[in-house]
Amino acid sequence: MSRLPKLPRGLSVASVLRNAALIALAAVTLAPFVWMVATSLKAPDEILTRDFHLWPHRFWAAENYASAFAAVPLGRYLLNGVVVTATILALQLLIAVPAAFALSKSEFRGRRLLFGAVLFGLLVPYHAIAVPLFVGLHALGLLDTYAALVTPFAISVFGIFLMRQFFQGIPGELVDAARMDGMSELAIVWRVMVPAAGPAISAFAIFSVVAHWNDYFWPLVAVSSDTLFTPPLGVVAFRNDDAGTSYGPLMAAATVIVLPLVAAFLLAQRRFLEGIAFAGFK
Amino acid sequence: MARIEIDGIEKRFGRTPVLRGIDLDVRAGEFLSLVGPSGCGKSTLLRIIAGLTREDRGTIRLAGASVDQLPARDRDFAMVFQNYALYPHLTVAENIAVPLVMRRLTAAQRLPFVGRHLAGSRAARAAIEADVTRVAETLGITKLAHRRPGELSGGQRQRVALGRAMVRRPKAFLMDEPLSNLDAKLRVEMRAEIASLHHRLETTFVYVTHDQAEAMTMSDRIAVMMDGTILQIGTPDEVYADPDTLSVAEFVGSPKINVIAADADLATALGLDIGRVPDPQGLRLAFRAEAVELVEAAGAQLSGSIVHLENFGSDLMVHVATATATAPLLVRRDPHDPRPRIGETWGLSIRPDRLLAFDKAGRRLRSVVGGRA
Amino acid sequence: MTEMSRSAALPRQPVETERVRRPHEERAAWRLVAPAAMLIILILALPMAAVVALSLTDYQLGAEAWRFVGAANYADLAADPVFWRSIVNTVVYVVEVVAGSTALGLATALMLQGSSILAPVWRTVFFLPVMASLIAMAIVWEFMLHPTFGLVNGMLGLVGIAPVNWLQNSATALPALAVIGIWQQFGFAMVLFLAGLSGIPQALYDAAEMDGAPSAWSRFRLVTWPLLAPVTLFVVVISTIRSFQVFDTVHALTKGGPNKATEVLLYTMYAEGFEFFRTGRAAAIAVLFVAAMLVLTLTKVVVVEKRIHLK
Repeated sequence: MSRLPKLPRGLSVASVLRNAALIALAAVTLAPFVWMVATSLKAPDEILTRDFHLWPHRFWAAENYASAFAAVPLGRYLLNGVVVTATILALQLLIAVPAAFALSKSEFRGRRLLFGAVLFGLLVPYHAIAVPLFVGLHALGLLDTYAALVTPFAISVFGIFLMRQFFQGIPGELVDAARMDGMSELAIVWRVMVPAAGPAISAFAIFSVVAHWNDYFWPLVAVSSDTLFTPPLGVVAFRNDDAGTSYGPLMAAATVIVLPLVAAFLLAQRRFLEGIAFAGFK
Repeated sequence: MARIEIDGIEKRFGRTPVLRGIDLDVRAGEFLSLVGPSGCGKSTLLRIIAGLTREDRGTIRLAGASVDQLPARDRDFAMVFQNYALYPHLTVAENIAVPLVMRRLTAAQRLPFVGRHLAGSRAARAAIEADVTRVAETLGITKLAHRRPGELSGGQRQRVALGRAMVRRPKAFLMDEPLSNLDAKLRVEMRAEIASLHHRLETTFVYVTHDQAEAMTMSDRIAVMMDGTILQIGTPDEVYADPDTLSVAEFVGSPKINVIAADADLATALGLDIGRVPDPQGLRLAFRAEAVELVEAAGAQLSGSIVHLENFGSDLMVHVATATATAPLLVRRDPHDPRPRIGETWGLSIRPDRLLAFDKAGRRLRSVVGGRA
Repeated sequence: MTEMSRSAALPRQPVETERVRRPHEERAAWRLVAPAAMLIILILALPMAAVVALSLTDYQLGAEAWRFVGAANYADLAADPVFWRSIVNTVVYVVEVVAGSTALGLATALMLQGSSILAPVWRTVFFLPVMASLIAMAIVWEFMLHPTFGLVNGMLGLVGIAPVNWLQNSATALPALAVIGIWQQFGFAMVLFLAGLSGIPQALYDAAEMDGAPSAWSRFRLVTWPLLAPVTLFVVVISTIRSFQVFDTVHALTKGGPNKATEVLLYTMYAEGFEFFRTGRAAAIAVLFVAAMLVLTLTKVVVVEKRIHLK
């Protein structure tokens, strides 16, 4: 068993088996995506049939996508998604970055208490406080507004925690030097720390955008008007309206909603994977 | 203990040649060092000997038989790695036991929980434990047996790595810069220990280092490598006193050898047979700090002013700036002799039998210097 | 000025142990953290306190009156078979998804490690479901699981398996959701495992080779598995936390049915709180939910600590 024949790399039995397993797994993983796109290109009679084929016999993309955009305000949903996700991210960064900086580089009364609150906040998923948030927004008359979609996520304790961990690794001398140069604390945050924290900020941004673009629970609770729907709510509403028969337009709508993040991911894969691994391990 | 014959080994990484045809005969039981600057291919050569890296061309024979087709685990070498490569989750005793566990126990006997109770397992494990204890005693690490590598100092980890290599009787020990992560004092101590280990075990050692002092102090023979080739193989005395090339002369020895570019007049004045130099234009002469003396400037072959004095206690290094060499020349002097002062002008007198001449390409010109045959 | 004199009047002995507090620095720091601190109080601390308080009342959204009922909501839940069903379903789902996505994630990471130039392509493919909107993909899955026109039954039909109404059959509905969960999560586990694998020094595999480890399996047992143990534990905990929050697929595909077969904790809470508006009862479920998450996340913190210490 010890005498191995000199085989070129990549041709051994093990690697053939490995690649076969990977191909099979990849086929299963991609199947829903492929089927979604394929169905969005097919005419109704090709969809509601037991004759399964991947490529449409009759190309029905224009009809399906047009009817998806006509049946529901899909463009409006996408715009809502962008507005909500971007507002959440902007608020989270504006509030979390200075706080994280102070937590890691300044001495002040209440620092330990605040950090303790951040750590505790990490333990609580927002679903658990959805009930009082809902009651509160109801009392303020803010339900079914953009504010309702954004407010609960204005603060991200995860963002504060992640940034603080990153800032801890930046030498205090850098901050002291900036203070000696006469910069204000706020100037240090935006001019010194933020540029240095690129990887942490991009990791957090990816994390936040993915979470809120795809979030279903809170928008479901917070809004009921069609005009405020985010993409996940929109696609479900579309499915419910059409009673599940016109799969072509439905799959077209799903494709449109899945596309932005998947495209962003494909364009900046390394950044996404590193960001997710980075955020995951903190 | 076995002879290792290395024959025409070539290796490229991508398009970069790393080894350009290495021939080397490691004698049974000798301590051979591969020494050279970083990137010279010495570690790659060691990994090829070990079987961890596959050569592109050439053959390795162990005790006369080719091992090219054998994977590393079947070549029966032990290796000590630069970063020790101890298993962080195993205790010291378990780390040392790994080579025996892998070789003496069957796959079934190695199973967790169950394996312990299989036939023969108990006796084999007891024997392994006895061997581990013996090695730990030899290395003075018995007290550390139940600690994990994370809790050990660099020197202690080094010993555990040695123990793991020693615990079975391999045909040869391969060591890849094993001392480079230790502090200077410990490094000197461990040099002596590894050398005495070699005497005790009487096994072949192949030792890779970039530190010429390590190679000089420990080895039976030294192979000086640069840029993927072996420049010279010889005893420490040979490579120090009788280098084949200027590169070897400059790499070996501390302080660095003095080198001057010599014109025909100076060369003749130093006793060279200039007529036998093929191309006198590129002639360079080299001599060690201990082969030159300070003399009266008047009438000396070479002279210069003293720019710096380094006092080592045992030796005094005098730095003399001359017109012929760009760097100051170093002269060793007994600190108890009258001391020259910085700024003074002195002559230099080189011992003719210790003068080395090199041609333009850095090859040694043996016949032109009077002192040596 | 007043602050200066006040701090000067303080006893001086703590100066030795802690940095001298400078009032202007203190004010500057507070300006930086004030928005965060306020929002933490307003949208985290207060709601958290409120959820505990609400769980002790019979409040219903929109109702005029409410009263303190003590632990009655909890007692009701304990006596409610649907709630117990919900807990059992959640645990079953979590176990299936965690086991499946961890095993699959580790297997793919190992297959990709040291593999060819194609590794980045595979990695991208397996990570795609993590990025895609789960709710949209759930609808695609629903279509693929369609009893008559679904791709899954179509494929199974090729090998002679009779069509199954996956999402409407109480025996298959929860496992079907678990498969979707695994499909969605295993790429995430894979990325974490890949990061863990890249942290294992090559020298250890060389050492294992020199020490005579005879097979790939023995090298896995000697080096990979033990060095990956902290990452594995971490992956298990983090996927437990994620799958514990399963909601989207249940709400979109099964609404807890058929016959409560896919009733899970978060869905139960949602239904109580936002469909039946039994706020007090929903709050009680939320409190239990937080308690469970607390235990899980504390485990994660401990695991992360351990991981750092092993380094």
